[in-house]
Amino acid sequence: MSLILLIEQVLNGLQFGVMLFLMSAGLTLIFGVMGLINLAHGSLYMIGAFAAAAVAGATGSFVLALAASLGAAAAAGAIIEVTVIRRLYDRDHLDQVLATFALILIFSEGTRWAFGSFPLFLDIPDYLSGPTTLPGGIQYPLYRLAIIVVGLAVAAGLFALIAWTRIGIQIRAGESDREMIGALGVNISRLYTLVFALGAGLAGLAGALIGAIQSVQVGMGEPVLILAFVVIVIGGIGSVKGALIGALLVGLTDTLGRFLLPVVFGAFMEPSAATSIGSALASMAIYILMASVLIARPRGLFGAA
Amino acid sequence: MRRETWVGIILVLGLLAVPLWALAVDEPYTITLATRVVILALAGVGLNVALGLGGLVSLGHAVFFGLGGYAMGILASHAQSYTPLAEWPILIEGSKSMPVIWLVACAVSGLVALAIGALSLRTSGVYFIMITLAFGQMFYFFSISWPAYGGEDGLSIYVRNEFPGLNTLDPIQFFGVCYVILCLALLLVSKLSRSSFGLALVAARQNAERVQAVGIEPYRLRLVAFVISGVITGLAGALFADLNRFVSPSMFTWQTSGEIMIFVILGGVGRVMGPVAGAIMFILLEHFLGGLSEYWHIYLGALLLGVVLFARGGLIGVLAGREVAHD
Repeated sequence: MSLILLIEQVLNGLQFGVMLFLMSAGLTLIFGVMGLINLAHGSLYMIGAFAAAAVAGATGSFVLALAASLGAAAAAGAIIEVTVIRRLYDRDHLDQVLATFALILIFSEGTRWAFGSFPLFLDIPDYLSGPTTLPGGIQYPLYRLAIIVVGLAVAAGLFALIAWTRIGIQIRAGESDREMIGALGVNISRLYTLVFALGAGLAGLAGALIGAIQSVQVGMGEPVLILAFVVIVIGGIGSVKGALIGALLVGLTDTLGRFLLPVVFGAFMEPSAATSIGSALASMAIYILMASVLIARPRGLFGAA
Repeated sequence: MRRETWVGIILVLGLLAVPLWALAVDEPYTITLATRVVILALAGVGLNVALGLGGLVSLGHAVFFGLGGYAMGILASHAQSYTPLAEWPILIEGSKSMPVIWLVACAVSGLVALAIGALSLRTSGVYFIMITLAFGQMFYFFSISWPAYGGEDGLSIYVRNEFPGLNTLDPIQFFGVCYVILCLALLLVSKLSRSSFGLALVAARQNAERVQAVGIEPYRLRLVAFVISGVITGLAGALFADLNRFVSPSMFTWQTSGEIMIFVILGGVGRVMGPVAGAIMFILLEHFLGGLSEYWHIYLGALLLGVVLFARGGLIGVLAGREVAHD
């Protein structure tokens, strides 16, 4: 029994980690290529979820909803890149933090104005609802399994894009030397808009996929944004590989921490105290993980020295 | 005198004049509003030591604001229920006395700032922003899931704490207490920024290698600045909790850190009076725009965006001209 429960929790952690990867891949690319710290990434996640909920409500199609989340978030990303973000590339981090914080305020209140304060609901389509039986007789929700598959597929696609395509070569070149690839005739501002829209689209997709499990509401992006920051700091800012490993590490630590810590404390304390201390510590676990990684390796696991 | 000095004097006198006028025409709500301005300005003054002088972009100052608040909440709640805080190894009673609470708030924030600073300052740039943010979240989640002091619901204190010789329930007297503290903090920071420590700190922000080359360790300067900054912000947190007679985990949220940063930026980074101007502006905006529209954060966002993109000296920069703009 307990082993099955543990495997289930590991799968939950994996699903959470894969989601975090979709969020952090964009953040880390944007930082790696443009040197920009983007707090508004959580707003793009929210935009994706709202677009998906609106389209699913209008058409009833989950696939269209996912496409809409990608499209809407990528479009919103491209728009803010051209109007605001572009002016921030050569500013210091403080200005970037503030301007993107301002964007959060504008997006959150704008969405509240357009959709109201009540959460929207995005339903899991019939063909993905219900449990499925994994080898070993483990029952697991099909939708969560689908998220893991989609997330891993997107990760593989992203690695292929970066490793083998022309745009990937430009992205990698942009990470190591911005001026040089400009001098070699690459249209830098177009490349930047593209990278930003790509990251935004991934965040939007993550928002839509998670929106079907949780509710779609204003402010849903910020908690995920902070977790994504934890991920990229652990993985090393700018490294997509670091983001993947960091995301899985954070996903598993958080999920297993919540599951195991109360049990561990329960071994030598009375149950109610064990639950409260265990859950208090579990909610801090990933931040403790991040602080320890940074203290041991101030540039993250895969950060450039 | 420089124009910036004049702007500063006018701001400080104006901040005193408004509640006195409100007292004369019997508008206690305006006095409370002014008290809020003073307390938030104090939090901004704290952050400005790290951010403006030291160039340390801390997105975790809500930790100190919240710790100050909880120092007040925990001491006062124990005094309120006549239960001791600890019986072992020594008996510690709760307290309703403001000076005691302030001392505890400052000591706790200072110690935590020392620990967070010592770890965080090993990193720099974006990593510093992120690690301070992570520490903030750590405290936030801890405060939510720790049930002993109200957890998510927070703690209510029924009667405002006492200050010897004053009736703190009277809005204008409580305002006076906060105002005096703000003035002392402003005096301290302006002295600090002109002292050899402050000059070295600013120099370390502008060029750490050169500072190191003349034999000063930037890490230590920054750590001291971070602790001073945390102590002032913690004190502001204790006052803020006393103003509302309520503390909750929302004081620890990263939005609080963001808002404290907004006061500093709206007013003008690194200027002694910047946070005061910023806090006045923030509360005025909240009051008037909040009255106009439920969605006033949109305007706040647009304004902040405008200040960051186009008016980099902040409000004081616009009022006092650019001749003294920092680096």
